[in-house]
Amino acid sequence: MLKLARYLKEFKLNVTIGPLCKLIEAIFELIVPLVMAQIIDKGITNRDETFIWQNGIILIILAVCGLLFALVCQYMASAASQGVGTRLRSDLYAHINTLSYKELDAIGSSALVTRVTNDVNQVQTAVAMLIRLVVRAPFLVIGATIMSFSISPGLSLIFFGTMAAIVLIMYPIMKATVKLFKKQQRSLDGISRITRENLSGIRVVRAFSRQDYEKSRFGAEAEEYRKFAVKAGRINALLNPAIFIVVNTAYLLIVWIGGGFAAQGADGLTQGKIIALVNYMTQISLALVVVANLVTIFTKAAASSARINEVFDMKTSITSPEHSPVQDKNAPAVSFNDVHFSYSTGDEALEGVSFELFRGETLGIIGGTGSGKSTLVNLMCRFYDTSEGTIKINGADIREYPLGELRRIISVVPQKAELLSGSLRENMTLGRSDISDEQIQKAFEIAQAKEFTDTLEDGLDTKVLQGGKNFSGGQKQRLTIARAIAQNSEILILDDSSSALDYATDAKLRKSIGELPLTRVIISQRANSILHADKIIVLDDGKVVGMGNHAQLLKSCAVYREICLTQYSEDEIRETEAAN
Amino acid sequence: MSKENGKKGALSRLLKYVKRSIGLVVLSMVCAAGSVLLSLYTTVLIGRAVDCITANGVDFANMTPILVKIAVIIPIVAVLQWLMYFSTNKISHSTVKKLRTDIFAHLQEMPLSYIDAKSHGDILSRVVNDVDAVSEGLLQGFQQLFTGVVTIIGTLVFMISLNWQITLVVVVITPLSFAVAGIISKLCFNKFREQSAIKGELTGFIDERIGSQRLVKAFGFEKNAEKQFDEINERLNVCGRRAQFYSALTNPCTRFVNSLVYAGVGIFGALNAAKAVSGGFSVGDLSCFLQYANQYTKPFNEISGVITELQSALASASRIFALLDEKAESSDEEKKVLENCDGTVGLKDVYFSYVPEKPLIEDLNLDVKSGQHIAIVGPTGCGKTTLINLLMRFYDVTSGEIRVSNVPIKDITRNSLRASYGIVLQETWVFKGTVRENISYGKPDAELDEVIAAAKAAHAHSFIMRLENGYDTVITNDAELSQGQRQLLSIARVMLSLPPMLILDEATSSIDTRTEMKIQSAFDLMTKGRTSFVVAHRLSTIREADCILVMKSGHIVEQGTHEELMKNEGFYAELIKSREEY
Repeated sequence: MLKLARYLKEFKLNVTIGPLCKLIEAIFELIVPLVMAQIIDKGITNRDETFIWQNGIILIILAVCGLLFALVCQYMASAASQGVGTRLRSDLYAHINTLSYKELDAIGSSALVTRVTNDVNQVQTAVAMLIRLVVRAPFLVIGATIMSFSISPGLSLIFFGTMAAIVLIMYPIMKATVKLFKKQQRSLDGISRITRENLSGIRVVRAFSRQDYEKSRFGAEAEEYRKFAVKAGRINALLNPAIFIVVNTAYLLIVWIGGGFAAQGADGLTQGKIIALVNYMTQISLALVVVANLVTIFTKAAASSARINEVFDMKTSITSPEHSPVQDKNAPAVSFNDVHFSYSTGDEALEGVSFELFRGETLGIIGGTGSGKSTLVNLMCRFYDTSEGTIKINGADIREYPLGELRRIISVVPQKAELLSGSLRENMTLGRSDISDEQIQKAFEIAQAKEFTDTLEDGLDTKVLQGGKNFSGGQKQRLTIARAIAQNSEILILDDSSSALDYATDAKLRKSIGELPLTRVIISQRANSILHADKIIVLDDGKVVGMGNHAQLLKSCAVYREICLTQYSEDEIRETEAAN
Repeated sequence: MSKENGKKGALSRLLKYVKRSIGLVVLSMVCAAGSVLLSLYTTVLIGRAVDCITANGVDFANMTPILVKIAVIIPIVAVLQWLMYFSTNKISHSTVKKLRTDIFAHLQEMPLSYIDAKSHGDILSRVVNDVDAVSEGLLQGFQQLFTGVVTIIGTLVFMISLNWQITLVVVVITPLSFAVAGIISKLCFNKFREQSAIKGELTGFIDERIGSQRLVKAFGFEKNAEKQFDEINERLNVCGRRAQFYSALTNPCTRFVNSLVYAGVGIFGALNAAKAVSGGFSVGDLSCFLQYANQYTKPFNEISGVITELQSALASASRIFALLDEKAESSDEEKKVLENCDGTVGLKDVYFSYVPEKPLIEDLNLDVKSGQHIAIVGPTGCGKTTLINLLMRFYDVTSGEIRVSNVPIKDITRNSLRASYGIVLQETWVFKGTVRENISYGKPDAELDEVIAAAKAAHAHSFIMRLENGYDTVITNDAELSQGQRQLLSIARVMLSLPPMLILDEATSSIDTRTEMKIQSAFDLMTKGRTSFVVAHRLSTIREADCILVMKSGHIVEQGTHEELMKNEGFYAELIKSREEY
């Protein structure tokens, strides 16, 4: 948690003035029982009405001042905690944006979302409490104890005893409940997991008629949750009664022992002083309840800040140089030299891949699931760094390019068609102001998207809903293709990105993309998507098992032939060969 | 029905749930009342004990019995308090469990049209968040409300019995606390609503941007995204600061009112005591009053807080009941069970549409003989899955009739109809559990040998054996397995139960071509002698089908064998040609 303390630095004023005000308010509160003791011991005993009035008015003045100081403190706390939360969120988000795929894979995107939202909120609450209560509650407890000591050193032992007893009671109870709360939380995660599974798999559940089974699975988890909750409740319910016993026993002892003292005239105890002591005890008990809450809030916040720091501590494995390298326009547009790569999970995903692709050429990559096709793209865009070997773009190592520049040279259409909420135009330009509407329309045309984009009433201002929900799968795919084309990059990568299109549209699309003055990399599972590429790489299990054009590969590469055979009959293959 | 009515309805229905634990409810209320009243009485006793201490000495003879009384009461109160907290917690969690299982059971019986149309996140949030809000806000809230009211009434009675004039001072000042709390809560409510709206916006933004991180990276969109983020974030800052400040006003303000009450009681009590002759208003009484003044005003502050919480909890409850009120599928109870399905399927004059304005399937007639293969082809989004929805009775036809084994499917139970189909869907599904559990999903009592045989037939065996614990490896829907591997599992699932009819929905689209070939051979074996409906991409499957249904934007435009359709030179012929046009 201390690591995040630097965020408080910006709010030095708030962090000092806030608690200070609170302290003053607490001091006023501590004076109140003393004033009341005066009223009783002097005012009532001497029947001095003026004295009672005077001191009564002092009480009211104390209340008003207390209110003013408290308000200042609350404002300071609100401003500081929200400010810290805002800065923290902003920094965290910016930091997440610097992370590379490797780190993102490790932590998972849903976990990141909770860190930026829930975890930051927890920290924010803790900051507010820090300013508002951390000084006040202990101060009240200590102050009241000191006051009791000043009234009667003998009776103040009761106060020390009370505090010790409460700490001894609170600690194990809270420790046990925190543990149970965690279990409860895990069980709640189970409940949402089963619900989510059932919503996404509802057709399978019904197809196999397993509704009753699902109900019992859910019921078991719900019962588990209930058990933990009741158990936690049973222990947690001890806290208040225990405090009640301790505090009331303390009252009892104050009156009893105090009575004895008063009888002997020890410590100069009077009735008014005993009442003051009772009042201090009340203040302590109230403050202790606050302390209990504080402990929970800070335990949660500590856990949250640990999770946040985990993200901050993650450093991107991919660094971006500041200056652009010298490009050689005559060198191959893309070249791989003995590239190896493995994800953190172990096995090599790519083994010794080498090839050269010249400007304006089309490269087709084909292979089964898990053969390393997408890995190849990820490396080319430098989403990951190679484990071994080099990749060059226009003759320069991709690690020498500033990331922004590299990703302007290369535009990729990912497998999963993703749109962001916002306008259609924003989705096409992705923040680049140099892309005109004409360029976008042109891109629509090339991507075969015009037939539906033209029917959109608001044109480029059409709102895209979250996740692009208001477009069909095929439409989304064409829009993502248009987006890549609109970027006007030198190299266009299509990563199996026409799977949702029917053959006719796919064919038209490939034709229009083929006419663009670009270097193209097309990845596909369908042989006909890459049939006409200048060069085809056949990947199998991370290795290049064939390279050449369609006709060459049919002759030389068994794997390629097999792939084609699953998609065409012998006759058809002969036809394609002839046509090529 | 007005919104208010909805809330009231929600409240009374919720009470019905709570009624199940009526014993505990009574117990908790009795304990609450008992503990509150007894603890107030302790205050009186302490006051009396204090009165025994006077300037003239201490009257131990009177004090000791009082102290003994207190010593007896303390543990009783503690036990009552514990019982109260414990039983409330138990009531609340039993109710939560019942609510959750009811919602879940209802989800299992709801028509797919509802679940398809609703955002899954929204349903999920009802099962998880709204139920929690009900348990925390409503049930714990009731507890506080109840003890609060008992405390107020109790202190009032005790105070009046001590001295009605000073009580009047307390009663007159307290409404101030209400007024203050009222103003603050109104200020807060609006700000909080605004704040949660912005929070929602921010969460949505992060959720999407982080989820699409790859896209953001690929196009170097980071700086822009950060700018957008900061804009929302700053709005949240401004609004949050206000909301938090307003809500933070409650405590100091009510404390201020408390202090006023305290000062008022102090002044008037002291004046009274000063004037009083012996036996009148004593110092001990004043001490009691001072304690009461604290205890009496506290519940007022709490109650005003509780009421806002109750409001939001009721809103959650009405969202839950709205879900429970959604109509379930028509009952199956009196329907026959389909037995010995012969594999014939007949569609007669079938009309269907998801929304009445947009007719989709119109006048579809089809007669499938036992063992025939039907291929469904057409461009993306043409409604191929709609047909599957109707066959499986995930949706009901608008008009017309579908028969299986010559029985209208409306007359047989859904489960027995669905059990006669083996289905592999486009979207693969695995749940958290072992691989074995996932494969034997449709046949939970299957022996391991059977599971392995099915996995082998689906060519899933080899990758399963490579998993850490083989068939006992726990998998989830999130990660671990590739799309292709999950598809193999889905196929193994069907291989295991092998019903008389099959529906395969683009099942092989994300499996690599070589595995696909092997699976195809297994499929051929499986489909032999079985009626099958295949959403097909592969030309060979299409060609060999006994009947091809050609779909285009939701309609079946052509129907026939490959040769017939090619001769027609219609949409199908065009489709096939475009495919070959390279």
